[in-house]
Amino acid sequence: MMEYKDYYKILGLTKEATQDEIKRVYRKLARKYHPDISKESNAEEQFKEVGEAYEVLKDPEKRAAYDQLVADLQAQRDFRPPPPRSGGAAHSADFDDFLANLFGQRGRGGAGGAGRVYQENGEDVHAKVSIDLEDAYRGATRSLNLRSFQQERSLNIKIPKGVKQGQHIRLQGQGSPGIGGGAAGDLYLEIAFNPHPLYRVEALDVYLELPIAPWEAALGGSVKVPTPNGAVDMKIPAGASSGRKLRLKGRGIPAQTPGDFYVTLKVVMPDTFSDKAKALYSELAREQAFNPRAGMGV
Amino acid sequence: MQIVKREEIVEGILEENALFSLEELCRSCRLPLEQLLEIVDEGIIEPVDYQQTTTSWQFAGNSVVRVRTVIRLQRDLGVNLAGAALAVELLDEIKVLRANLL
Repeated sequence: MMEYKDYYKILGLTKEATQDEIKRVYRKLARKYHPDISKESNAEEQFKEVGEAYEVLKDPEKRAAYDQLVADLQAQRDFRPPPPRSGGAAHSADFDDFLANLFGQRGRGGAGGAGRVYQENGEDVHAKVSIDLEDAYRGATRSLNLRSFQQERSLNIKIPKGVKQGQHIRLQGQGSPGIGGGAAGDLYLEIAFNPHPLYRVEALDVYLELPIAPWEAALGGSVKVPTPNGAVDMKIPAGASSGRKLRLKGRGIPAQTPGDFYVTLKVVMPDTFSDKAKALYSELAREQAFNPRAGMGV
Repeated sequence: MQIVKREEIVEGILEENALFSLEELCRSCRLPLEQLLEIVDEGIIEPVDYQQTTTSWQFAGNSVVRVRTVIRLQRDLGVNLAGAALAVELLDEIKVLRANLL
């Protein structure tokens, strides 16, 4: 009912905290929740909340005003029975007024109260888009819903081919609109790849572990290899061991200098052997003197 | 809340394919020239060709994001420029390591 934020609680402190303590705890939480550092999805919200708390508590004057307000609200509640539900807004308005006073003209924008800063120029908007590796090969179109100052926009965005994990795409003038004739901000999209069951990506290079049969490893020859751009035929050299790395040049993510596609061979055995297959393997063992552990002294 | 539907398709520009001049970088990062030069001096971003005069310097497109991150870290965490530079480099490294874990 009493809508005010407990800034001490947000910082995990008591009302008796010293200014030094407040600063130390804030710095620690700021590093923890900084959106550039934290991977938690609600980091930005937490960071803003911690920042707002610190903004008030770091300044002894503002802190005293805040303490006073909280005490007043407390007293109101103690002396008066809580007003009916609809009356709750009055208290939150008190608190909003209080904040508006503290932060002056640069106070909180809109009714949302997420601590947005009033500015002439539109703010840049940062967002993340997840795409599949295949999209990086061919380009893709994504529909994004963007919430800015006072409107929600739906935008179709063409993502060019050749994007890398973590890369940014800039859309000039597609950020928040300017206020009072200010220029619109830009929209920055950070590209993230959805995890792929087959491929691992490093910058523009793409890696695949390719299972091959023992006879393919022994004899070499052509095998089908999946790539994000469709299957290709690849020649395996005869006598290729597990772990051998082969490169398909230029078949990584396309770019001016496209990445490469790396195939690591993995020899796998069939689950079952027929009697005849067993006999053939026995013959092979007799035929070829080979100790793969010779280098281990056994 | 007003909802604006746009059916047009907006094409994104790959940051890495774009080059920025010093002036464009200042505008895009909303920074005064002196401050941006300090960031260059710290080695946080590098012009494609150091030999040229500063007016013809060109920076890779991802410089914008880098500079902005450094500014945010400085402003929010109270670190100095060298500290922010170190953080950005370590964050880059973590990104690579994380990608390799997948």
